[in-house]
Amino acid sequence: MMRKTLLIALSLFVLASIPAQAKQTVRIGLIAPLTGDVKTFGESSRNAFIMAVDDYSRTGKYAITPIVVDDRNDPTEGANGALKLVTQDKALAFVGPLTSKVSIPVSEIATQYKAPMVTEAATNPKVTVYNGKRKPYVFRACFIDPFQGRVAAAFALDNLKVKSAAVLYDVGNDYSRGLAEVFKATFEKGGGAILAYESYQKDDVDFSALATKVHLRKPDLVFIPDYYNKAGLIVRQLREKAVKAAVIGTDGWDSPDLVKIAGSTIIGGYFTNHYSPERKDPVAQRFIKRYKDKHGEVPDALAALTYDAAMILLEALDRAATPAAEPLRKSLEGLKDFHGVTGTISFDKNGDAVKSAVILRVEKDGFRYVATVKP
Amino acid sequence: MSFFAGARRFIVCCAIAYVLLKALFLTGLATQYVEQIVLYALVMIIASLGLNVIYGYTGQFSLGHAAFYGIGAYASALLTHVFAIDSVPLFLPVLLVAGLFTAAVGGLIGLPILKLRDDFLAIATLGFGMLVRTLLDNSDRVADLLGGSRGFIGIPRITSLELVFGVMAVLIPVTRNLIFSRYGLFWQCIKDDELASTAFGIDTGRMKSMAFTYGCFLAGVAGGLYAHLYTFLHPSNFDFLKSVDFLIIVIVGGMGSITGTIIAGLLWVGFIEGLRIVLPSGMLELRWVFIPIFLIILMMLRPYGLIHRTESRLLGIGRK
Amino acid sequence: MEFLAYTLQQVVNGLQLGAIYALIALGYTMVYGVLRLINFAHGDIFMFGAFIAYYCIAKWQLPLGLVFVVTMASTAALGVLVEKIAYKPLRAAPNISVLITAVGVSLFLEYFLSLKSIFTPNYIAFPRPFDVEAYDLGPVALTNIQIIVFGVTAVSLLLLYLLVYRTKHGRAMRAVSHNRETASLMGINVDGVISFTFAVGTALAGIGGILYGFAYPQINVFMGIMPGIKSFIAAVLGGIGLVHGAVLGGLVIGVSEVFVSAFLSSTLRDGVIFIILILVLLLRPMGFFGKGRDKV
Repeated sequence: MMRKTLLIALSLFVLASIPAQAKQTVRIGLIAPLTGDVKTFGESSRNAFIMAVDDYSRTGKYAITPIVVDDRNDPTEGANGALKLVTQDKALAFVGPLTSKVSIPVSEIATQYKAPMVTEAATNPKVTVYNGKRKPYVFRACFIDPFQGRVAAAFALDNLKVKSAAVLYDVGNDYSRGLAEVFKATFEKGGGAILAYESYQKDDVDFSALATKVHLRKPDLVFIPDYYNKAGLIVRQLREKAVKAAVIGTDGWDSPDLVKIAGSTIIGGYFTNHYSPERKDPVAQRFIKRYKDKHGEVPDALAALTYDAAMILLEALDRAATPAAEPLRKSLEGLKDFHGVTGTISFDKNGDAVKSAVILRVEKDGFRYVATVKP
Repeated sequence: MSFFAGARRFIVCCAIAYVLLKALFLTGLATQYVEQIVLYALVMIIASLGLNVIYGYTGQFSLGHAAFYGIGAYASALLTHVFAIDSVPLFLPVLLVAGLFTAAVGGLIGLPILKLRDDFLAIATLGFGMLVRTLLDNSDRVADLLGGSRGFIGIPRITSLELVFGVMAVLIPVTRNLIFSRYGLFWQCIKDDELASTAFGIDTGRMKSMAFTYGCFLAGVAGGLYAHLYTFLHPSNFDFLKSVDFLIIVIVGGMGSITGTIIAGLLWVGFIEGLRIVLPSGMLELRWVFIPIFLIILMMLRPYGLIHRTESRLLGIGRK
Repeated sequence: MEFLAYTLQQVVNGLQLGAIYALIALGYTMVYGVLRLINFAHGDIFMFGAFIAYYCIAKWQLPLGLVFVVTMASTAALGVLVEKIAYKPLRAAPNISVLITAVGVSLFLEYFLSLKSIFTPNYIAFPRPFDVEAYDLGPVALTNIQIIVFGVTAVSLLLLYLLVYRTKHGRAMRAVSHNRETASLMGINVDGVISFTFAVGTALAGIGGILYGFAYPQINVFMGIMPGIKSFIAAVLGGIGLVHGAVLGGLVIGVSEVFVSAFLSSTLRDGVIFIILILVLLLRPMGFFGKGRDKV
């Protein structure tokens, strides 16, 4: 009898002491478009997220349970998924969503339920700020549209020394629109003339009419802020209609498929981006190599950004006093000079990333680094 | 109020359901996520009911129902913004106006296209849906607030369990009474055989228009409720795929059955969300592969849906 | 003068697009003629053709002639398969059920082919087995792509015309379009004719897919939706059920679309096409070449 009680007491003591040595579990979510029209971006995002969690768990303070939620690139699904993540799955914080249109309603949920969120690629300013008020729990690891658009316009005016430009953008894509507007405003303010400001629709494939129109107006430069698949198609058709202008794009161009789709027509084009795979930076190189070994392809900008967003969140978690919402938020708020894959990142007062942009030039065998533009 | 007399039972059922759900949510047995999903399902039911009136009862194949749902959503959000409304009592007239506006648009569009035969009506409504989508994408050229492809932000969250149940408790008896009135009879006659109906002296043009308009009214109200539930609107929410969603609920639930629509709406949303929980993330894309297969098989085996033209007496919808 | 040159160039652009729409529209119109059915999935079979062509050129490196043969055979096979599995069992069912089934087939093709294990959800660069060359003809510039498109379309139309109006099969098709019951009483194998019609219609869509890939070298599983709808509208515009109607309709829609883009805004393209549809259905529902009796 005595021995049995002693045995029970001993085992209870052992059991009670074990949690103190094992890591505490924290649930971190990822909201990404795993299905839907941008599912390839969603998959890059997920790969990078899982990799970040793996890398963190080697040295991190907590044991992370990753929870991946699919938003189908749809605001309603994103909102439902975020709500489930925060209330049902009891996640502490999450990375994502990927696009602005899903991030805006999800940011409302993050604010309402006090779950810190770090989006890796939503570039609309309205994600972190609404009506002049900052949303305290929302952060982003990428620069915002106004910055990128300005960079492109400044590069066009100052470096390429062009006097006139045409802008072609996708009216149904807020990313494309936002950039087009900022480019136009900056370009005109800098003394340039916008000779054509044309919109098209997401499903448009035939750009012969627009290309002929651009050919008529004869601008020095054409600005195409859209994803690589559209940009490639447009540039090809521009060249077919003998448009000789230089072309410049934005981070959506970053994909190994850009040259495949556009062929040789896009060689010599420029685009703004978050980072260059050529960056002689150990953190970036290590990430690229690991990703390539694990998934068999060079990571695209989305993967790099997600990795950074996840690491920002996880390292902030380590720095926070306790694994709870408010300490985590405070820890994120003061982020300074985070050494990420896509550059050195600090958060400004709106929770937006302050980081440099790079200009890349499209060459036959890849993208060549041209310049860095500091914020 | 003889109007509600026949629906007394249904209202009691509504009340019971409401009390049960409220208890679940208040005690925290079900999370806010579940509450959101339930509300979403109810909103989908109201919209699908509209499509059921148009298609299930009157036989007009509309592939653009999501467009009216979107019009109601945007209209109601615009009104709450302009009049700075954020409470339920003030919201009710907004909902009504949004519904009526959508109905008006539906009636107007109906004038030319309802004369068409099934397949052509389908393409015409499909086209209208895409037209509305283009208009919404460009809406910020009209008013910056509407957002265009950037989305309509900052809608106050007014939709609540009380509001949705209240709306249902009114609209479903109204729909039921319409169905059991001579208008409903005419609608079903038109679906069965339009030519014969004309021969009987039924003003088919007017009846079809009436069904279409009323169906759009329901869609508009549902849209208004949706807007104030998710507080954010984006044109991509109101595309062809959404119209297909409504169509599936109507077909699966059964054409010409209100009960069927209610059950199917709950099942459908539950199924979609349930898959999110059950399926590993790698298999999620199979959803939209199996759904069309299911639809095709359903058409072969039970072309009129699961519950055809019968109503549940237990819930108070069926006729005594 | 420059304005005239600009307009003429846009007309040429429009005809290129229109020729492809015409090829797709022919498939719609022929199927509608024999079955009174709008094959919603036709646009997706067009997409399937483009993908098969991609595999032929990029993966298997077949010579161009063989590419056409393989693609046409594949799309024809798919068309007949769809007809046998999805539409035939519902021959006697109410029209609406078949429509819904067609919608179902369309969605299935899109999402099934978008699975990574089958095709892919990505945008694929369509390889052009030749380089683009432009020929300056004064006010307009003609590319070799446009010449190929016009040429192939013209040849296809000629062959189709010969088939429909000069062969026994063609006569059987026309008979079944007129009146299915009487045709079967006359000893025509109606089922066979219907399958044959599907095969020819979808083979034409296959050609359309190849040409589309040449002209706009990017394919994606959802690429068939809009061209499908526009081609259907083209068929209605010209007179549904009539071969020459489909051709005229296709060219008109193509040119209209390009003109809207050239003179108004590209965003209004689709909107204008639908307004055209509504106008046609209201004012002349039988289409341009249609006669007499209200077809709708």
